[in-house]
Amino acid sequence: MSQPAIKAEGLTKRYQAVTAVDSLDFTVERGSVTALLGGNGAGKTTTISMLLGLLIPTAGRITVLGHDMACDRYAALARMNFSSPYVELPHRLSVRENLTVYAHLYGLDHVGRRIGELAEELDMTGFLDRAAGKLSAGQKTRVALAKALLNRPDLLLLDEPTASLDPDTADWIRTYLERYRHASGATILLASHNMPEVERLCDSVLMMRRGRIVDRGTPSALLARYRRDTLEEVFLDIARANDDPTSKPEAAE
Amino acid sequence: MSGFSPRRVYAMVLRYWYLLRGSWPRLLELAYWPTMQMILWGFINQFMAQQSHWVAQGAGVLVAAVLLWDVLFRAQLGVSISFLEEMWSRNLGHLFVSPLRPGEWVVAMMTMSLIRTIIGVVPAALLAGPLFGYSVWGMGLPLGLFFANLMVMGWALGILVVALILRYGLGAEVLAWLLVFLLSPIACVYYPVAVLPGWLQPVALSLPTAHVFEGMRALIFDGTLRWDSMGMAVGLNMVLIALCGGVFLIAFRDARMRGALLQTGE
Repeated sequence: MSQPAIKAEGLTKRYQAVTAVDSLDFTVERGSVTALLGGNGAGKTTTISMLLGLLIPTAGRITVLGHDMACDRYAALARMNFSSPYVELPHRLSVRENLTVYAHLYGLDHVGRRIGELAEELDMTGFLDRAAGKLSAGQKTRVALAKALLNRPDLLLLDEPTASLDPDTADWIRTYLERYRHASGATILLASHNMPEVERLCDSVLMMRRGRIVDRGTPSALLARYRRDTLEEVFLDIARANDDPTSKPEAAE
Repeated sequence: MSGFSPRRVYAMVLRYWYLLRGSWPRLLELAYWPTMQMILWGFINQFMAQQSHWVAQGAGVLVAAVLLWDVLFRAQLGVSISFLEEMWSRNLGHLFVSPLRPGEWVVAMMTMSLIRTIIGVVPAALLAGPLFGYSVWGMGLPLGLFFANLMVMGWALGILVVALILRYGLGAEVLAWLLVFLLSPIACVYYPVAVLPGWLQPVALSLPTAHVFEGMRALIFDGTLRWDSMGMAVGLNMVLIALCGGVFLIAFRDARMRGALLQTGE
């Protein structure tokens, strides 16, 4: 059996007296789409930052695509990518210029051709030469996704991929991600507050609360365990649960 | 610097070049200040040459000094501004989830600093001829040594500024414009080290600038290249760039500990 795409063991991040992420243990299987869910301040962004090597854990170990992120992160970074609506590309560069820079950073062989392919796939040809700061939210999301797909990553980390998009554009992005995943076999880990999106895209879910994983499973298993009809109701059950760890389903298993 | 990639350095230089070429006011501004400084000091030089035997003996000594001082300032600012562009555009989070190494980024910022310095200082140096009848190129090959030493010192100071902003955030960005001027009294740009009080002279001589400008004056006044001054400048620059590089690596790791790469910005 192949190694998981992501393996986190005892992953912890403390900022002085505050524990942002507390002893996380999880794996993300290759080719899967996994959601990292939790309310604001649950530790999702901190966890993703550690997986990307932007943040050094206080304790624990991360292995990404078989590479230990503490000592071999560049080998993993070349095979992964990241997109977030909260980390924008430089505004004064055009879309084409931004993508050209990142294509060189990832060492692509045919830069112009790859940018052309992505422009066609993501319907960006009309604004390739426009400044990135002058795009609409939907256009920015497509550009961010294009940047994240430049190197045909084996692992894609997406932070709220459809945040602040209209329903039509959001649906278009989800459809694209589904197609991309089936075509490439890539592993996707996404943080989202959109529960229908998670139900549609994801094979498995990691539920976080106050820096810990409090439950996990497939969307259907979580619905059955909490006897709910939607993942949103499961999310609310977990977010509003009391702090007694024995009351959490995962701990009770 | 294991796995160092010239291609990634090129990518980052391209990123800063796109930014620079996209704004003609920025390009103009690069040459504006050195040219204004050269004109101002050119007139001062002309006046002083009539009043001072010392200045009269060294044709264009103040013009040469101001142009070389600008090399130091532009070299430092070139590194700092490239870094600040990433901070202002909150781009560090994207850059460092790519395979870009910190060392490659620093080399790219140094390359861009060289390009910015040449764009800024060369037009002013060329204008000094028709305006004041003085050609800095008359110094010959030693000019290259002075230029290289001041570039390296400017890079070192620029890297130090980057480290301090990484540590203290954009509240410290003013250092990009202040740090060099903090050193200007002991850089001995326009006067010899001997002018300084005795206790301050060793401080001045612990920086490459004093040796470069003493070397420049020796060349202009006596027509001799002071190899001892050049040797000291090179040695001190090696120590300085190693120290500043070390401080940068510590600050970069500290930023990764604090999560500052993802959160830093305006």
